[in-house]
Amino acid sequence: MDIDLEPVAVFEAPIYLRYHATSARAITPFLHALRRGILLGHRSPATGKVLFPPLGSCPESGQPTSEEVVLADTGTIISFTTVHLAIPGSKLKPPFTVANIMLDGADQFFSHLVSGCALEDVAIGMRVRAKWRPASEWGYSLENIEYFVPTGEPTVDIPTLKAERLRLAQERRHA
Amino acid sequence: MRDVAIMGYAQSPQVREARGLNEVEMLMPVLQAALADAHMTLADIDFVCSGSCDYIAGGAFSFVGALDAVGATPCMQESHVEMDAAWALYESWLKIQSGHIRTALIYGFAKASNGSLPDILSQQLDPYYLAPLWPDSISLAALQANLLLQTGRYAQRDFAEVVVDSRRHALANPNAQLKGEVTVEALLAEPMLAPPLRKHDCCPISDGASAMVIAAGEVAQSLADRPVYIRGIDHRMEVHQLGQRDLTTSVSTRQAADRAGVGEDKIELAELYAPFSPQTLILQESLGLRPDVVVNPSGGPLAGHIFMCAGLDRFGEAARRIRAGTADRAVAHATSGPCLQHNMVAVLEGK
Repeated sequence: MDIDLEPVAVFEAPIYLRYHATSARAITPFLHALRRGILLGHRSPATGKVLFPPLGSCPESGQPTSEEVVLADTGTIISFTTVHLAIPGSKLKPPFTVANIMLDGADQFFSHLVSGCALEDVAIGMRVRAKWRPASEWGYSLENIEYFVPTGEPTVDIPTLKAERLRLAQERRHA
Repeated sequence: MRDVAIMGYAQSPQVREARGLNEVEMLMPVLQAALADAHMTLADIDFVCSGSCDYIAGGAFSFVGALDAVGATPCMQESHVEMDAAWALYESWLKIQSGHIRTALIYGFAKASNGSLPDILSQQLDPYYLAPLWPDSISLAALQANLLLQTGRYAQRDFAEVVVDSRRHALANPNAQLKGEVTVEALLAEPMLAPPLRKHDCCPISDGASAMVIAAGEVAQSLADRPVYIRGIDHRMEVHQLGQRDLTTSVSTRQAADRAGVGEDKIELAELYAPFSPQTLILQESLGLRPDVVVNPSGGPLAGHIFMCAGLDRFGEAARRIRAGTADRAVAHATSGPCLQHNMVAVLEGK
């Protein structure tokens, strides 16, 4: 055996698996609503909190959720960051700002893009509104919203907002 | 050794496609039912452990998403095995032995209808020499079955008899996917799928979820009418390369059975995770089961097979019969990997 052989560094063995997934019980009405430009959340029977997007369960209690709540397309920035590095495979061109947004009426934030102002003007507590794509382009996706833009309303104090939401959730739970 | 008992068990219906339900939606009612069966709530649970496979869902970290079904608030002691939930049971059993916990909630789930399970399983093989050839689980089981026939110990008729028993037993199992009165002659008239296996020699592919609650002996005594004790449990693994082991027997099962104490007293029933009918025969031999032992009274994996749950289900089905007073001493077996590579054997007792 020739011990001077070059090590084999590469061999190709492509792996591909096909999946056929369908939307589930809670996600299906959410996606149909989204297709019509409506943001649908779920209220947890255990905590009174409104979850968005609704996954059909309350992660705090493990209980199923089914009570639908129509949410506004306005909300508050809970946190944000500006991405300056290109993400492989992403159609987004840096720099762009990603924010955790709590929709008005929801108790859980979700992530979306913020634009329509200078990057350095984005702030925690900033009030934002969805900028929808033209209705003719709507599909079963949160991409129906192109990004969120500042409303110009005064900045919100997040601890106050959270305390108020928690108080409302507890009231609803005890109601 | 600390006494450990099975306190509660629940399984969803085993169906080919749980249309319109995701993993969390399948799991939630099963977890609640297992806790109720154990006369417990989540507040009584010290440790949660699950078994699942992200390749089945086709989504990374689907096992973390499944925690939404548990209610992990404010936080909990949790673990996951990328194996059948029987190994989540084993981890929980060890943790009770260690003295760190007294109770555990165990669950497994799979929505296998999302993908092609036999092809997905080919990707758990050796990545250099086997996986690139995509040998699916049915073809590998067929190779094993052919070797078994060549020993002269069994004929195709014996494979069919295993299926007849499974279908008949499953008549009493409301969660079974395949059930009915069939004859050996009718089965042998069916076309081959992967010779010498016919379609009915292979387990069905099911969507579903299962959950179990176990507890240390002192908890079991105070809560359960008839606790089912895990008297012995052991698991053994064989080499990865199929060419390096004798596929017509199961040395790992025999060793695990010895360590679990199967032969120490009379066994009345056995729930065996044999996804292919010839493997039932191999396991019966390797476990040293007498001919009068009832095998797979639930119908077993040939009647319903939730991948990642089917091993835990053997424990659940055996325990259910002990709790009902149908048996006092039973074997539960779980397997993992191709052609019975890795085997777990436990002895369950009602006394």
